[in-house]
Amino acid sequence: MLKIEGLTAEVEGKEILKGIDLEVPTGEIHAIMGPNGSGKSTLSYVLSGREGYEITGGSATFNGQDLLAMEPEERAAAGLFLAFQYPVELPGVGNANFLRTALNAIRRGKGEPELDAMQFLKLARERMKALSMPEDMLKRGVNVGFSGGEKKRNEVLQMALLNPSLAILDETDSGLDIDALKIVAEGVNAMRGPNFSSLVITHYQRLLDYIVPDRVHVLMNGRIVQSGGPELAKQLEAGGYNSVQAA
Amino acid sequence: MPAVTETIDAVHSVTNSTYKYGFETDIDMDFAPKGLNEDIVRFISAKKGEPEWLLEWRLKAFALWKTMAEPRWAAVKFPPIDYQDAYYYAAPKKKDGPKSLDEVDPELLRTYEKLGIPLKEQAILAGVEGAGESPAEGRMPVAVDAVFDSVSVATTFKGRLEKEGIIFCSISEAVRNHPELVRQYLGTVVPQGDNFYAALNSAVFTDGSFVYIPKGVRCPMELSTYFRINAKSTGQFERTLIIADAGAHVSYLEGCTAPMRDENQLHAAVVELVALDDATIKYSTVQNWYPGDENGKGGIYNFVTKRGACRGARSKISWTQVETGSSITWKYPSCILQGDDSVGEFYSVAITNNWQQADTGTKMFHIGKNTRSTIISKGISAGQGQNTYRGLVKISPKASGARNFTQCDSLLIGDKCGAHTVPYIENRCMTAKVEHEATTSRIAEDQLFYCRQRGLSEEDAVGLIVNGFCREVLKELPMEFAVEAQKLLQISLEGSVG
Repeated sequence: MLKIEGLTAEVEGKEILKGIDLEVPTGEIHAIMGPNGSGKSTLSYVLSGREGYEITGGSATFNGQDLLAMEPEERAAAGLFLAFQYPVELPGVGNANFLRTALNAIRRGKGEPELDAMQFLKLARERMKALSMPEDMLKRGVNVGFSGGEKKRNEVLQMALLNPSLAILDETDSGLDIDALKIVAEGVNAMRGPNFSSLVITHYQRLLDYIVPDRVHVLMNGRIVQSGGPELAKQLEAGGYNSVQAA
Repeated sequence: MPAVTETIDAVHSVTNSTYKYGFETDIDMDFAPKGLNEDIVRFISAKKGEPEWLLEWRLKAFALWKTMAEPRWAAVKFPPIDYQDAYYYAAPKKKDGPKSLDEVDPELLRTYEKLGIPLKEQAILAGVEGAGESPAEGRMPVAVDAVFDSVSVATTFKGRLEKEGIIFCSISEAVRNHPELVRQYLGTVVPQGDNFYAALNSAVFTDGSFVYIPKGVRCPMELSTYFRINAKSTGQFERTLIIADAGAHVSYLEGCTAPMRDENQLHAAVVELVALDDATIKYSTVQNWYPGDENGKGGIYNFVTKRGACRGARSKISWTQVETGSSITWKYPSCILQGDDSVGEFYSVAITNNWQQADTGTKMFHIGKNTRSTIISKGISAGQGQNTYRGLVKISPKASGARNFTQCDSLLIGDKCGAHTVPYIENRCMTAKVEHEATTSRIAEDQLFYCRQRGLSEEDAVGLIVNGFCREVLKELPMEFAVEAQKLLQISLEGSVG
């Protein structure tokens, strides 16, 4: 379970998170919605340990472990996965090599045996088929020359391979056409289960038609201002964020 | 950005600790007195039992050297070198010349073992005369001519090579056994007076490798020399000469490590390659001399002249280098493309970390018709390192249809290092086509974070990104070298993340 209490954080001296309280029990999928500049991406980076964000107060624990005290790679090994809003290109680094290096790093962290090239390829091909990804994407440089949709599918492929217990999806739906959106949603839904929880960060309600969340939280101006069931997302879609502010 | 500084500091605290190959072997040396004069040149020549013509050749080089000055145009800084304060001859004590590895000083073999040199592979070791014919399963055979300090002590695979008519031996042996070949080609690609360091080398070179591949023969294995500087204050002056006769093919590997030192050491090698009609020479280097400590103390001065002549039509010379060591590198492996349709290639990765300086690149001289050259240079600077690509593409009026493609990429790690690109293009031919591309980039914070979020440590992330950056060059290396080179890149950059 992810537990965030009174979390405050600054970027270059400017307070972005102004006291976040949030609990995501294991096995649940929670959505965080909010307008641009409300702190959605900051929250995902703070939880995953990116540099440049100063935590000024509060706590965040995952299954009892103090997330904020851990290095990014330690959080990854503990089961935290961040699907990036803008997946990063790594020129010259083969996608297959990257995926296997990452997978084995995570497996080492969990005390599981590493996969050799053949075992890895078998697993990767299976998962790629499910995501309708062409096999040549394994041979290309990481995200290099990928279309927006391909990059997002590559993120979901990594998630499927690394098998995290907590996945944070940072606006994974942005820039996706409806077919790609469905594929991504299927990828997440396939992971759903008693040992998987997810924080789906999105601007639009659209994604939540396909990934139906257990809870929806509205993030505005660095605070969670309202929480509710899936119907809250529909209400936002109809009335806009102003309707929440007014409430 | 403060986050980056923090990362750099973190890296510094981790790295900079160990040069893994720093140890010194205790072997009685047979020194010539310190200093350099005509008598020393004569001493070296006599010690090696050389013929009169070679002594004359050396003396001419020495006379030229005395009239020359150190080149100062490279973007490297170092205090003046006192050439009289060094030994010019040091060799392991002689026991009548080793005929097999059994006769080789076991101390030397242990040294190689520590370095992880393939020589330690017993099957190959035992195979000085014959066992090398059946190398360990699944491995490409590699023939090694090991240069320890100044004298070659072991040569393997001789039998198999001899069957093909291939000559692979130390240059001293070649002078004794194949004087006509040495005399015909020595100094014809890099003349004695070519430059200050080449002249010095010509006067005092002690040993090196000699390769001759006869007409139409494709060398059945990679040929390899491991260099190692071992005696205090001993400059090492290797001389290598490789000749590929018409239609011949050869791939040659050169790799080096050196023991930890406090004072700077001069290394001024000369390599000459000659490719006749339809011949191909591939020359690969992994250079890992001691780079000095994190304060810039010590380290090797690597002032090397490497040049290949594509004398024959359709001949090809390809240089691939991975330069991670030395405190100063001054090196421009070049191709003289004389034969029509001949091809020159230069693939380079140069890393400077801490206080290392590298001024390296290539020269491509297009003389024949339809000659082609490709230059791919990847410079990586970290710490306070300074990395310069310096290259010349020169196309003569007769080189109709000549083509060159050059790509120079620089990667910066941290904010205290430098990358410089100095390309010269001289084109005197209307039908020639010359292309030049250059980029400079940093390891971006988002790249590092992306990798770490996927579970990679910071060091592994840097290694992965740097190896990706160098991929176009690394893929040119022979398999067994490529793996070593990838590890070396990561070791060289340990603790330099930014």
